[in-house]
Amino acid sequence: MKALWEGRIGLIWSGLLLAAVLALPWYKGGATLASALAEGVAGRVWLLPLVGAALALALLALLSRDWRIHPAGAALVGAGLGWLLLQGFGIGLRGPALPGLGLLFPTALEGQPGFGWGAWLAGIALIGALAEVLAARGFCRGERFAAFAIIGIVSALSLFVFFPIVKLMSAAFVGPDGTLALTPFLTRITASDLWSLGCLTGSGRCGVVINSLVLGILSAALATALGLALALLVARTDFRMKRLLRAISILPIITPPFVVGVAILVLFGRTGLVTVEVAEWFGVRPTRWIYGLPGILLAQVLAFAPVTFLVLLAALEAINPTLEEASTTLGAKPVTTFRTVTWPLLRPALAAAFLLAFIESLADFGNPIVLGGSYDVLSTKIFFAVVGAQYDLGQAATLSVLLLTLTIAAFWVQTRWLGRGSYVTVTGKSDAGLVAPVPGLIKWAAVAAVVPFVLFTVGIYAIVLMGGFVKDIARMDMAPTFGHLWTAFSFEFNERGIQLFGSAWNSMITTLWVSALSAPLTMAVGILTAWLIARQDFTGKRAFEFGTLLSFAIPGTVVGVSYIAAFNVPPIDITGTMAILVICFVFRNLPVGMRAGIAALAQIDRSMEEASQTMGAGGGRVLRDVVLPLIRPAIFTALVYSFVTAMTAVSAVIFLVSARHNMATAYIMGRVENGEYALAIAYSTVLMLVMVACVAAMNGLVGKRKLGRRSTVTGTPHPAE
Amino acid sequence: MTQTAIEFRSVVKRYGTATAVAGIDLSIVKGELVTFLGPSGCGKTTSLRLIAGLELPSAGQVFIAGRDVSRDPASARNVGMVFQSYALFPHVSVLENVAYGPVIRGTPKAEAQARAREILEQVGLAGLEARLPAELSGGQQQRVAVARAIVQQPDVILFDEPLSNVDAKLRRKVREEIRSLQRRFGLTAVYVTHDQEEALAVSDRIVVMEKGRIAQVGTPSELYEHPASPFIADFIGDANLIQGRVVQGQFTAPGMAFPVSGPDGPATLSIRPERITLSPGGPDRVLTATYLGSRMEYSVATERGEMLVSRPIFEPRLTAGQEVSLHITPADASRVA
Repeated sequence: MKALWEGRIGLIWSGLLLAAVLALPWYKGGATLASALAEGVAGRVWLLPLVGAALALALLALLSRDWRIHPAGAALVGAGLGWLLLQGFGIGLRGPALPGLGLLFPTALEGQPGFGWGAWLAGIALIGALAEVLAARGFCRGERFAAFAIIGIVSALSLFVFFPIVKLMSAAFVGPDGTLALTPFLTRITASDLWSLGCLTGSGRCGVVINSLVLGILSAALATALGLALALLVARTDFRMKRLLRAISILPIITPPFVVGVAILVLFGRTGLVTVEVAEWFGVRPTRWIYGLPGILLAQVLAFAPVTFLVLLAALEAINPTLEEASTTLGAKPVTTFRTVTWPLLRPALAAAFLLAFIESLADFGNPIVLGGSYDVLSTKIFFAVVGAQYDLGQAATLSVLLLTLTIAAFWVQTRWLGRGSYVTVTGKSDAGLVAPVPGLIKWAAVAAVVPFVLFTVGIYAIVLMGGFVKDIARMDMAPTFGHLWTAFSFEFNERGIQLFGSAWNSMITTLWVSALSAPLTMAVGILTAWLIARQDFTGKRAFEFGTLLSFAIPGTVVGVSYIAAFNVPPIDITGTMAILVICFVFRNLPVGMRAGIAALAQIDRSMEEASQTMGAGGGRVLRDVVLPLIRPAIFTALVYSFVTAMTAVSAVIFLVSARHNMATAYIMGRVENGEYALAIAYSTVLMLVMVACVAAMNGLVGKRKLGRRSTVTGTPHPAE
Repeated sequence: MTQTAIEFRSVVKRYGTATAVAGIDLSIVKGELVTFLGPSGCGKTTSLRLIAGLELPSAGQVFIAGRDVSRDPASARNVGMVFQSYALFPHVSVLENVAYGPVIRGTPKAEAQARAREILEQVGLAGLEARLPAELSGGQQQRVAVARAIVQQPDVILFDEPLSNVDAKLRRKVREEIRSLQRRFGLTAVYVTHDQEEALAVSDRIVVMEKGRIAQVGTPSELYEHPASPFIADFIGDANLIQGRVVQGQFTAPGMAFPVSGPDGPATLSIRPERITLSPGGPDRVLTATYLGSRMEYSVATERGEMLVSRPIFEPRLTAGQEVSLHITPADASRVA
């Protein structure tokens, strides 16, 4: 009775597989009746083994007592999955990619289009069947849901994270004639425009790698210093503007990347407000000094300081006050205590904050593209290699390999550093004691650093709020107008209902769709991954964890290029669709949902889930009845964060948008390139208002976080937030 | 007629290179309460989780009610489990907690809740159905956990250190409650603890485990009176272990000689402290005398080393430094090696 029912669920996969090969169009854009069977009979004979495997599996599922433990079941599922991939990747659009396949299947020379509904469904059904087969052999303690989740997520990560990266790396080795060789890569990677130190010796410009590194180090150092000043003021003084500082730290999350850049141009560009004023007052000739390193640096420090602030604040609050009290009772003066106790305890967090800002700076695309001028960095160089007149994927790929190496190296150092040197002083016991106030000198230094930051931020957001609603802020024409807004979002009611004319509607609607589709998916995959990592023991778990972390360390620009390299051709031919945008966001933002989930699960007693299991609940039921209700706040955080990120991200999607599916950020960047600052700013304001509404909705739904000062750190070292 | 409820056949559980359970054969009879006892890391909790299906064996088989469940996940077995932390769902009411299992297994909600009410009444929690677990006392929470575990008439109920979260004062009462419920419902129960007194008090049989293996199985009195090894003698209760030699059925150690069974050669005897009597004057000397309210405990220096002696409080008390002699009869000693 039980066994029969168990077999039924297995039958579902087998049924789906049958439907996939018999009833659905196999190829992308295929006719309704062009199933694998029909295509196979009509000449694409290499599809017939798949049809055969599907039929055999269905037969086995019906006749055998339990097909999952039958050796033939495992063999059929494995062979089916293997063959699906082999034929898909082996026979491309213009014929066989593997030599010899043409001899085996003469018709393969005509090639085949990418996977359609049938092929996708067949893949999913085979993965489901594989999970059944493995679970029946004790994988995941026999829990079929967990097995399916793991295999599904691993497959998805392989397909949408690793495969594109591997494809991109191989593109770095492809020469102009299309063959794979080491020479083209060596030629590209040793080019002088990458490594030249000309700017230091005074003989010209520096290489793009040097530029990126200089920018990264300066930006990370300044952002960390500013973040430390902010954290000290908030955690250790009675500074009056604490709430303002915390509020400011949220702003970068909802700010599209180049808005700050545009505002800086409006202030300090050659015709900028400040530039002109200064020119009049001091009689200095206005210059374009802001373009290049100074401008990018300014924008990045403003953008990353809040991030380093949060990391350092958490670290400061995690320091057990009794340690500092002990130092004081031993006779140390405040300065000595700070130098000998507080500072050493902070060092790992400082390193973490620095590396985090360094990675962000390397990956940043929005600020360099707006403010860079002739100061090339890796991310912009990659962009122009693919998007400019010279479409050179090999060049873009080589630069991407470099950028990826740098970020992953930094990421690796960061994890290593934290793994070794993190001094978590929280013990779970309540520790009475008052935090030691920082010494006066340090306090005033912090104030001196923070006040300009606050003024600057306020100024920049004032520009952003105003700029879209005056005639031309860049030329000081302050006549109020809704003209820009109207250009972007004009509409009309007539006999055919509401009609949208504004130039921005298309991108706005796509953005909302993509965000609304990707946010729940990102949340679901992220939370599920968190649950697997926190609660399941399975072979290869370490590699699984590493893989998910890796997807976090890949810069958006690299993701964008790798998607172009991987998904422009069959079998997975999805560029130019909305799906590729959604998929891109799901896998880029996955770590955010995952972290929220892991943190929440760490607070929940595992035995509640085990209790649910012993009462008869399978993995999916446990998740629904016990886990999800208890980690609801984490779910909302993940949901809103992925929504907001999908609205503001630019670096990856800039490569993936198409005329039909344009995104708001890409559209705004186009306006900035054309010098239409006011329109860009007006649109950005609308975008930010939408996001503020979302954050407010989240706050309303979840309520204030009730975590005490101690409970925010739960014994785990703080990785990059 | 006795029926086997649970059977372990050469069960092994490995985690990577570490072996938690190193080959266990055991059968548990229907209706008995068996305790897994041992120091931490001995494999007792892993063995319990192997019955629950929260772990699957690396080798060997587990049978529940005559069926091989070695490959079945927890959700496919019919077991009830009471967790150390109770693991009550904090977000639903007591009634929903108890009705959860039947609902999951397909009982209509109304019927499941009726059954849950009935069980709650039987464990003495009538009237508290609508509360959240956090609104109950620790003892009440424990009873909800038990009710939740037995509502589906499981093949076996598992207790994972159920008293570790109970106040020391309440432990005796709660363990008696558990024992009487188990008897009343005729449940087969497996109980894990590291507390030997708790194990002695509650069990029909005790399985003592050491380093992933079974060291000895027996009733509480068998284990206490005839421990099979020095480890067990020392782990259950206090024991004086005396090393000596057996020659022709005669055990000899400094100042001691009496007949024992078993082969000749080196031997160890275990003598419980309360079996030794003392009389003033003699070759031995009291090192410390400790007043424990219900009894006196003496540490006595002898030719064989220090020995622990426990005497009723109403006997004349001795003081440290006093010279005494120890009296041990052959019936008080049991050979453990």
